[in-house]
Amino acid sequence: MASPYLSATDMRGGYGKADILNGCTLTVDKGQIAVIVGPNGAGKSTAMKAVFGMLNLREGRVTLGGEDITALTPQERVRKGMGFVPQTHNIFPTMTVEENLEMGAYIREDDYRDTMAQVYELFPAVADKRRQNAGELSGGQRQQVAVGRALMTRPSLLMLDEPTAGVSPIVMDELFDRIIEVARTGISILMVEQNARQALEIADVGYVLVQGANRYTDSGSALLADPEVRRTFLGG
Amino acid sequence: MDILNALVAILNFVVIPAASYGAQLALGALGVTLIYGILRFSNFAHGDTMAFGTALVILVTWGLQAIGISLGPLPTALLALPIGIALCAVFVLATDRVVYRFYRRKRSDPIILVMASVGVMFIMNGLTRMTPKIGVNEVRFDDGARFLISVQEFKAWTGLNEGLALRVSQALTLVVTALACWALFRFLNRSRAGKAMRAYSDNEDLALLSGIDPERVVRLTWIIATALAVTAGTLYGLDKSFKAFNYFQILLPIFAAAIVGGLGNPLGAVAGGFIVAFSEVAVTYPWKKIAAYLGFQSDGMLQLLSTEYKFAVSFVILIVVLLFRPTGLFRGKSV
Amino acid sequence: MSHTRQAEASNPWRAPLLFLVLAVLFVLEGSFRSALFSGSWNTALGILNMGLISAIMVLGVNMQWGYAGLFNAGVVGFLALGGLAPVLVSTAPVAGAWAAGGPRVILALAVGLGTLALAALAWRRIAGPLRVVAMIAVLVAGFVLYRYLFDPAVAAIEANNSAAAGNIGGLGWTVLLSWPVGALFAAAAAWGVGKVALGLRSDYLAIATLGIGEIIVAVMRNEEWLARGVKNMSGIPRPVPYELDLQSDPGFVAKAAEWGMDPGTASGIWVKLMYAGLFGAVLLALILLAELALKSPWGRMMRAIRDNETAAEAMGKHVTRRHLQIFVIGSAVIGLAGAMMVTLDGLLSPNSFNPLRYTFLIWVMVIVGGSGNNWGAVLGAVLIWFLWIKAEVWGPELMRLITLPLPEGAFRSHMLGGAPHMRFIALGLVLLLVLRFAPRGLVPEK
Repeated sequence: MASPYLSATDMRGGYGKADILNGCTLTVDKGQIAVIVGPNGAGKSTAMKAVFGMLNLREGRVTLGGEDITALTPQERVRKGMGFVPQTHNIFPTMTVEENLEMGAYIREDDYRDTMAQVYELFPAVADKRRQNAGELSGGQRQQVAVGRALMTRPSLLMLDEPTAGVSPIVMDELFDRIIEVARTGISILMVEQNARQALEIADVGYVLVQGANRYTDSGSALLADPEVRRTFLGG
Repeated sequence: MDILNALVAILNFVVIPAASYGAQLALGALGVTLIYGILRFSNFAHGDTMAFGTALVILVTWGLQAIGISLGPLPTALLALPIGIALCAVFVLATDRVVYRFYRRKRSDPIILVMASVGVMFIMNGLTRMTPKIGVNEVRFDDGARFLISVQEFKAWTGLNEGLALRVSQALTLVVTALACWALFRFLNRSRAGKAMRAYSDNEDLALLSGIDPERVVRLTWIIATALAVTAGTLYGLDKSFKAFNYFQILLPIFAAAIVGGLGNPLGAVAGGFIVAFSEVAVTYPWKKIAAYLGFQSDGMLQLLSTEYKFAVSFVILIVVLLFRPTGLFRGKSV
Repeated sequence: MSHTRQAEASNPWRAPLLFLVLAVLFVLEGSFRSALFSGSWNTALGILNMGLISAIMVLGVNMQWGYAGLFNAGVVGFLALGGLAPVLVSTAPVAGAWAAGGPRVILALAVGLGTLALAALAWRRIAGPLRVVAMIAVLVAGFVLYRYLFDPAVAAIEANNSAAAGNIGGLGWTVLLSWPVGALFAAAAAWGVGKVALGLRSDYLAIATLGIGEIIVAVMRNEEWLARGVKNMSGIPRPVPYELDLQSDPGFVAKAAEWGMDPGTASGIWVKLMYAGLFGAVLLALILLAELALKSPWGRMMRAIRDNETAAEAMGKHVTRRHLQIFVIGSAVIGLAGAMMVTLDGLLSPNSFNPLRYTFLIWVMVIVGGSGNNWGAVLGAVLIWFLWIKAEVWGPELMRLITLPLPEGAFRSHMLGGAPHMRFIALGLVLLLVLRFAPRGLVPEK
């Protein structure tokens, strides 16, 4: 079996002296949706930030498409094909939607109008508001802008840190539909989610993290079916 | 006829002086607000940057005059301005490299950067004071024609009692400010580098993620702020006169203008400059004569505040905004 | 003090050593006549006295910055306000001034303050769109009434013996009493500014205080009825004897001869020593109070707030209210220093209140001394004051050396002429260097 597209193995590290990650492994294949769930303080967001290079790892290795990127900064990882949507402060509020997307494409030297058209196609709701300041949009639309901004570099791996935090259930379903659509174009998705049940429903792979380490790893549907996981993490 | 006289008097004593003063404040406040938006601190050295840059412009002006170059009816200083801006920008960039960058990298508290700007202020102040032939003196460096419209001409044309004067320096201030604002807003809204500046001001972390080079943005900000400051200082000096201490004092109305408009918001800074200037002039102008034209005779001067208290006007505006709308009229950054 | 000893746990000799260096500098200034030092004890003590007053100012600023992280950019204003107190409290009453318009001025000022209070009340009590209208109506009516009362009264007072007086005059009380009054004046102004600007982001206080500083100085300059404005107020009474009286006192002249000094020099030194004793006592008392306060529960809370505002807020501490307290107290100390300074000079000259000298130079002292440390504040103040005074002399000396190879001419004389201003550059460099390489100052807090 070929090694997976993204592979982050045995990650250990944290922000200060104490480690938050204690041997966490995450892998995503091309076009797969991988979801990280787990209780509060399990290190879900930290694990994703470690994959993105926002955290110094004491141990462990991150490879993307077979290339070792463990030593690279987040900016360099963006150039290697990673796209990251932070949980909060993920847009430029006083800039228009269109300018947000342009800033997403800042590192691109080529013509990015096609990509922008694709993003607008994916999110028709924000396409209508391209001249409006992103800060004036609704919560769900802001998230769409944030995802759109990250897509502008044409990433091969898109990472989303709790994209549905603070949006209504309807908007959440809509957003998940879009994410599935993105994955269908061949982009791998790695996502941290609070709404574990709904997220696992669309997940090809699910990781249940506890205290910075993998507790359960399986396909989304298998995890949903596992009575142990259901009882402990999905509230029955 | 009296109504016309009153209007001309208002135009002559209130509108024209306030508009040119407001334009000068607006340019200064734009610099303050840009630095605030990008570097996230209130630059106390801004007034002294204006003074230092203007002193350089004056020196270059004298140099040009000495070799017989002039601009005819326009002041030679206009020709010296780009050179003065370039020299001053080199100095300011050096201060960023030596002083501010260290704290930026450490992500120090903004107040530490403010404190560092006080140190830079001292040094620039000392350098201005030591500049040969300028120092702490009052210097006039305007040459060329003085008036676009003179009082006598105006009276002869219109037959009104009240005269109206438009000095070249005032007209120049308005024209240059309009051009500078047009260029700046075009740059910020249209160009890639300008958008990168706005993005960095909006959300620093996301800008970094998007691959925007922070050092480049910061350098660009210093250069633009310096260009605006030196332009403002030169126009102010042409309009009134150059005296280093006055440039330190103008810091207060400039800060007031930037805060009124919302710190970090360029459009607000321009509006704030005019709000502060018009309030200052309107409050300190004796309205007796104009009231008389309109049929109100008064024994008093009808002056709300004596001119010595013009800074109180900026202060009161500042306080009112802080009390009722701390983020400014145009919603700047609150943190 | 134990607090200080704790502070220098890493190097217990640092502070004493620095104080020793300072002492040596003063001894050199007093006794060693050369290009660099005056060799006059009168000059040395003169510098020391102003240094001690600066130390009190720095103590005040240091309370605001070191205990609470507040940047007061209007030190000059609070200082000037404190300096008003000796004039109003201790100069002799001016004949006819009070009768000319005293009560009316007081009434006018009361109306002015009442207007502000009423406007604030209107804003708070009235709801709906009427609110703004009511507030503006109160302000306009109050302003008209204020000017109606104020202008004629001021004109009358200023017309009263305008050549020699023209001011409202003092109460003729002892000058020492004016010191706490000066502190009160500054505290009142600080309360007003703090009420508005505290609780917002930190630069706003800096800018608001910068404004109030300039306005207070403008008031002192222009309100001639108050303290003669730019005509200056001289002859402020002293808490110590006059040199001339000492020189005509046979007992003192005999003493001076015993010490081997001429009466002129001896009287100068004696007076300055008395001032030094007085200022030193006030300084020590303030440090003692500050140290006691810092060790009290109140002080522990202040430090907790400074170290982590968010956490302190979460624990139910009213951060803004505490900041207002410390801001008022610190400003009161600055006002006290202002009253002491005017007493020392015997002169109130509003034109001399320059923000570079009295706001930002004080800040250099605070940063150099080390924020939060009272002994550091004293060291920073006296050291920087000494350097500031001497740099005016040393600058040209240095420039003479630098320009020695240059031919005599316009450029060299320009450089020599500008040399006294080198001290601004030097002090700016000191501030930046300390901020960068010793951010906690020469005598850091533990």
